[in-house]
Amino acid sequence: MNTALDTSILTLVTLIPLAGALFLLFFPRRDRDIRLFALVLTLLDFVVSLHLPVYFQRGQTGFQYELNRAWIPTPNIHYHMGVDGISMWLVVLTTFLTPLCVVISWKSIQDRVKEFFILLLVLETALIGVFVSLDLFLFYFFWEATLIPMALLIGMYGHGRRVYAAVKFFMYTMIASIFMLAAILWLYAKTGTFDFVTIQAAIRNGQVDSFAGAAQWLFLGFFLAFAVKVPLFPFHTWLPDAHVEAPTAGSVLLAGVLLKMGTYGMLRFNLGLFPDQSRSNAWWVMILALIGIIYGALVAMVQPNMKKLIAYSSISHLGFVVLGIFSFTTAGLDGATFVMLAHGVSTGALFMLAGILYERRHTYEITEFGGLATPMPVYATFFSFIVLASLGLPLLNGFVGEFLVLSGAFRDRAVYGVLGATGVIWSACYLLWMYQRVFFGKVTREVNQSLPDLSGRERAALWPAAAAALVMGVAPLLWLNAIDPAVQAVLAPFAQMASKAVGQ
Amino acid sequence: MNGFSQATQEMAQIVPQAVDYIRLLPEIVLSIFGMIVMIVDPLLDERRSQRTLGTIALVGSLATLGAVLFQAQYPGLAFWNMVQVDAFSIFFHFLVAAVTAVVILTSYEYMEVQEIRAGEYYGLILFGAVGMSLMSSAVELVLIFIALEISSISTYILAGFRRRSATSSEASVKYFLLGSFATAFFLYGVALMFGATGSTSIQVIGDVLRSGQIPLLAYVGVALMFVGLGFKVAAAPFHVWTPDVYEGAPSPVVGFMSTAPKAAVFAVLLRIMFEAHAPGRTALIWVAAALSMTLGNIGALVQDNVKRLLAYSSIAHAGYLLVAFAALPDNGIPAAMFYTASYAAMNVGAFAVISHFGSAGERYVTLEDYSGLGRRSPLLAATLTIFLLSLIGIPITGGFFAKFYVFSAALQANLVGLVIIGVLNSAIGAYYYLRIIVVMYMREPRGEIQVSPVPAGLGAALAISLATTIYLGILPGRVLQYAAQTASAWMR
Repeated sequence: MNTALDTSILTLVTLIPLAGALFLLFFPRRDRDIRLFALVLTLLDFVVSLHLPVYFQRGQTGFQYELNRAWIPTPNIHYHMGVDGISMWLVVLTTFLTPLCVVISWKSIQDRVKEFFILLLVLETALIGVFVSLDLFLFYFFWEATLIPMALLIGMYGHGRRVYAAVKFFMYTMIASIFMLAAILWLYAKTGTFDFVTIQAAIRNGQVDSFAGAAQWLFLGFFLAFAVKVPLFPFHTWLPDAHVEAPTAGSVLLAGVLLKMGTYGMLRFNLGLFPDQSRSNAWWVMILALIGIIYGALVAMVQPNMKKLIAYSSISHLGFVVLGIFSFTTAGLDGATFVMLAHGVSTGALFMLAGILYERRHTYEITEFGGLATPMPVYATFFSFIVLASLGLPLLNGFVGEFLVLSGAFRDRAVYGVLGATGVIWSACYLLWMYQRVFFGKVTREVNQSLPDLSGRERAALWPAAAAALVMGVAPLLWLNAIDPAVQAVLAPFAQMASKAVGQ
Repeated sequence: MNGFSQATQEMAQIVPQAVDYIRLLPEIVLSIFGMIVMIVDPLLDERRSQRTLGTIALVGSLATLGAVLFQAQYPGLAFWNMVQVDAFSIFFHFLVAAVTAVVILTSYEYMEVQEIRAGEYYGLILFGAVGMSLMSSAVELVLIFIALEISSISTYILAGFRRRSATSSEASVKYFLLGSFATAFFLYGVALMFGATGSTSIQVIGDVLRSGQIPLLAYVGVALMFVGLGFKVAAAPFHVWTPDVYEGAPSPVVGFMSTAPKAAVFAVLLRIMFEAHAPGRTALIWVAAALSMTLGNIGALVQDNVKRLLAYSSIAHAGYLLVAFAALPDNGIPAAMFYTASYAAMNVGAFAVISHFGSAGERYVTLEDYSGLGRRSPLLAATLTIFLLSLIGIPITGGFFAKFYVFSAALQANLVGLVIIGVLNSAIGAYYYLRIIVVMYMREPRGEIQVSPVPAGLGAALAISLATTIYLGILPGRVLQYAAQTASAWMR
């Protein structure tokens, strides 16, 4: 387990896209070659990243594939990377979705192709970096680094109000992360290190000065940054704008991976560093999550715009994740992690499907469509499959996670479970209703009669997602047996708290 | 008795030694090359002289860099304890010489496009650099005053070099009138300091003020000196001249005068505030820093002219830098030094892009003109973007660590309020820098503007600034450690 490859694998996975971006910088503007290069490179990165789950020690807790090198002496910053069962799968999710983004952008991006793929590759590096960093500074660095390429992708390649959406996205998340930076700096000032593992141990052993007084503020500092990213109600308003204006690849990565940075952050840092505060703040976080689930679903129901509908459905689904995380039960956390992955795959696919339609008709308005099942049968089949996966049909990926989350929430407090479960019903309503309006009945618009069905390239982008949705639904244990030990490790201090409470 | 024997020693030393000249070598080299430029100028054909003179000046600035490195091996006092070569002065000498070289590289193209006579221009840049260098090694208030004047007078004239433009003349006159007024304040402060402590030597003043009794006059002296120096670094409330002067002055000159003289004045401020142990430092700096950050950032929000926008941004950055002065010396001084270096790199770079894009007569300086630059000139736009991200303080750029060190130094001195003001201001700041990036990448280009290809000299200037900005953002350790050593050397 300590070969050179094992210690450098995370660096490799993180930096391959960046290296590709630097290479593209000096590449002549031959669009076709640039696309091919990006595709090959992202596929390569995916293959390399498969090393992680293949050689992962499943029974083991703690971080694996660790690499810890001193980087900057003052302040004491280390290049410390490592993954556990939770972050490993998020890394693989990122490397899985990025090649699909390349394929789906093949035709839709015709202008400034070189810049597009450079930004996409830089974004991939930053996203992976967020999940593998174990040094708080390094984490913050990657966290901020995701902002710029994403904002530029939205602003340069988006639709109508793209500039507004890009700036809103940037300002919202940046201002929120300043609070996280403040909390990180406070921890550094008291412990003299940015190292996550060291700080965690110091907090657990009570070695941090005046921690008790500051802990609530630190919790909130981290939480705010993550809540905006998730986005948790009431910090969600940037998301629909960003999604509607973003190019398809941007939406896929935004919903598929970027939002998970927030929930991952809560899981890793809020629960990991501040278990007591997580406990005491859980009640209002749960309420916000429930509001997000129901409110997101209700708003999704009335959206006339397909992409906005999917965006609001993301708010609803991510509410499940937060609900699971703050239930502090094994099932809840397992489920939350699984929903993150499942949502990444299925919502990523939904955005790709919406993008395919946009390429043909240049609109997302649901009323513009109707009866599409006749001209585009293959497309309709893919769409229905993904919709079913997304709304949580058993044997598809959405079901497993939501079921686990709800069972965790029930165990925590029955009313949370009941309210959360309505979310499943809502999601069936809005997704199926949308499906009905777009695909069933007669073709209402003349232009839609002759819409071409999926091309080979589009199928190539959708097949992997559909296959993943099925495999994840049939054999969730492949994922869960790596996730579970990591979740147990996160929950260890909570179990101690509970046993203390029982002992008293 | 000790004072008497010291005096006799000084008497014996009426003739300066060779080592004294080495300790003034960079200034000497700069002056010689400045004079060569002036002498060669009339001998050349006016239209073709620009390139030659620029090359002479460039060689001069590079020779100065060499002289600085050479001088580093001879630390100590020179010229009757008026000049001190130490790691601190070497740091700022190097910075000034490097900025001068980059600005000269930027000016190559600019001189030709704007049809400016090069002789005086390059001469004045070199002479200005003499003053700036001297400021960082002078440890005697009167010599500091002289150095300040040498540097200021050059920049007054340089600000007016776009002779066909009324705004440039306005800039020059405004800068000159207000600047002279400010220097008078400084001189008055020096006089009061002399009255309070009986000396103009920073070291002696420091000893007197540390010994306990601080006369009221010293407070007034410090305040008046700060007025003079605060004007030069464009710190609020002495900042009002900045936008007009930056708007009118030639862009390479703005790049020059917003970095090199500022760095030098900050060096003087560091010596006065820390080595001379100025009383009343924290309160004075607190107010000036908070005001500069706030007024600078709020002012920048509504600007449509990029040069004016960066003028307000420079006021804000002076504020961030001043935060370090309110901190404790052992981490405040290195933080301030690091900040000057990284600010110099990113700002000189940004103005290099602006001066190239401005074209003849600096026509294109409004935000609108930058529309679609990302499409027409991707590399130039990407370069400017990195400088702007650094000015925002995004990680991986020097600007991030600069802010980071300053704020953490302030936190260690328990200046929580000032840090909060600073962090909020950074968030405001992000907005207006982003506006430029947004316009460059997300608006359609305006047809009539042609962006000429980047010439070699400018390319080199941009490459150097870019490399420095990113180097300071990825491996800030060495520079910070150097700064920390120098600071600890003269902190007693």
